[in-house]
Amino acid sequence: MIVIIDYGIGNLRSIEKALLQVSSHVVRTDNPQVIGQASRLILPGVGAFGACIEEVRKRNLELSIMDAVRRDVPFLGVCVGMQMLFESSSEKGDYRGLGLLHGHIKELTPSDPSLKVPHMGWNVVQPVQSNPLLHGLPEQAFCYFAHSFYATETDPEDVIAMTDYGCSIPVAFSRNHVYGVQFHPEKSHHVGLRILSNFATLT
Amino acid sequence: MPLAKRIIPCLDVDQGRVVKGIQFVDLVDAGDPLEQAHVYNQEGADELVFLDITATHEGRGIMRDVVRRTAEQVFIPLTVGGGIRTLEDMREMLHAGADKVAINSAAIKSVDLISECAEAFGAQCVVVAIDMKRDQQGGWEVYTHGGRRFTGIDGLEWAKEAEKRGAGELLVTSMDRDGTQIGYDLELLQKLDDLVQIPVIASGGAGTLEHLRDGLMIGRAHAVLAASMFHFRQVTIKEVKDFLHEAGITVRKVDLK
Repeated sequence: MIVIIDYGIGNLRSIEKALLQVSSHVVRTDNPQVIGQASRLILPGVGAFGACIEEVRKRNLELSIMDAVRRDVPFLGVCVGMQMLFESSSEKGDYRGLGLLHGHIKELTPSDPSLKVPHMGWNVVQPVQSNPLLHGLPEQAFCYFAHSFYATETDPEDVIAMTDYGCSIPVAFSRNHVYGVQFHPEKSHHVGLRILSNFATLT
Repeated sequence: MPLAKRIIPCLDVDQGRVVKGIQFVDLVDAGDPLEQAHVYNQEGADELVFLDITATHEGRGIMRDVVRRTAEQVFIPLTVGGGIRTLEDMREMLHAGADKVAINSAAIKSVDLISECAEAFGAQCVVVAIDMKRDQQGGWEVYTHGGRRFTGIDGLEWAKEAEKRGAGELLVTSMDRDGTQIGYDLELLQKLDDLVQIPVIASGGAGTLEHLRDGLMIGRAHAVLAASMFHFRQVTIKEVKDFLHEAGITVRKVDLK
């Protein structure tokens, strides 16, 4: 059972219907008991980091998440869900993240002034190490991005893919059974569905 | 590598059917939105725009159920517009499966709606749609209510204002060119690119592959939107991508499986 952690922010139907393409058993919930039975966990996120992490904590979901991670349940953070895996974020304040990955979330400031923020649209995700999450992607794997903040001061060992937007930014991570992607696999057509399918079949 | 330029088929929907008009009138049936959405998603469109073109004119809300069922068909970003009047309307569309919402007439009526929506949901999901017609003085004027109502507002000034208020993108339709298949209003696109920092989606007039290329290269648009040439299968999305790639434009190519 793939569990999407629903903490009341945003529309989760997109990610749910994308997961239903690759798995028959997908559940949206904030119930710790159901989360405890998950064989895969997804942490989505849209909007501001602070608002997201506060909702997660308000619902006492941090404990359920940490518990699942301790049991080595494959865990994928998407967009702001990925950002929450890190130690902290400086978006509209100073917020503590889940601390499952080393690094901090900071504002994207491309050196080229013609590059706009948010980084929004289709960009190429370039694997930098072999990882089952990224198996079977085409040579030019375009994915859909919509974000203004990104992960920095990360552990190079955790970074599995980068994207070029004026500079090289890390956009996919893996550490033990914890995964994170900055882009939206549920909006990234074949490439995104392949990544979700890879996640659903991780061994 | 720069972001890929986006190719966006537009579903103009009236009474639950895709239609296509010429200069906003003389509507011709062009199929079922669900089927069209499914095909475009498969073929490699980068985004879809779903516009309920008579919602504002008829004073009713958008057909939520049609939006919801269309959203089920696509794994690419979906922009929905037509009859969006309030923050609540926008929330409803996002919950129905839209990733972005286009506001047009309502933004003219109450400019605060743009900033309210951007504040609530993020600028990335607020698209301000503007329908413009050339005037006698060599400028452009804004029309609302599906092109039925003249506002007297200067098009370029309104574009600038919409950006200032927090629009994430502009979807600009040349009413003079709409449905004519004689090419985008390139001069308008260039003026807009000089004026605003946010992405501009070119709309109105595309009929050939060259038109799409020119909109991107000469008009410097971030995305090109077209309806007739796709709905009536004059070209496929794949042909468009291949052609633009050959012309040296960065596009997302999809290997059809």
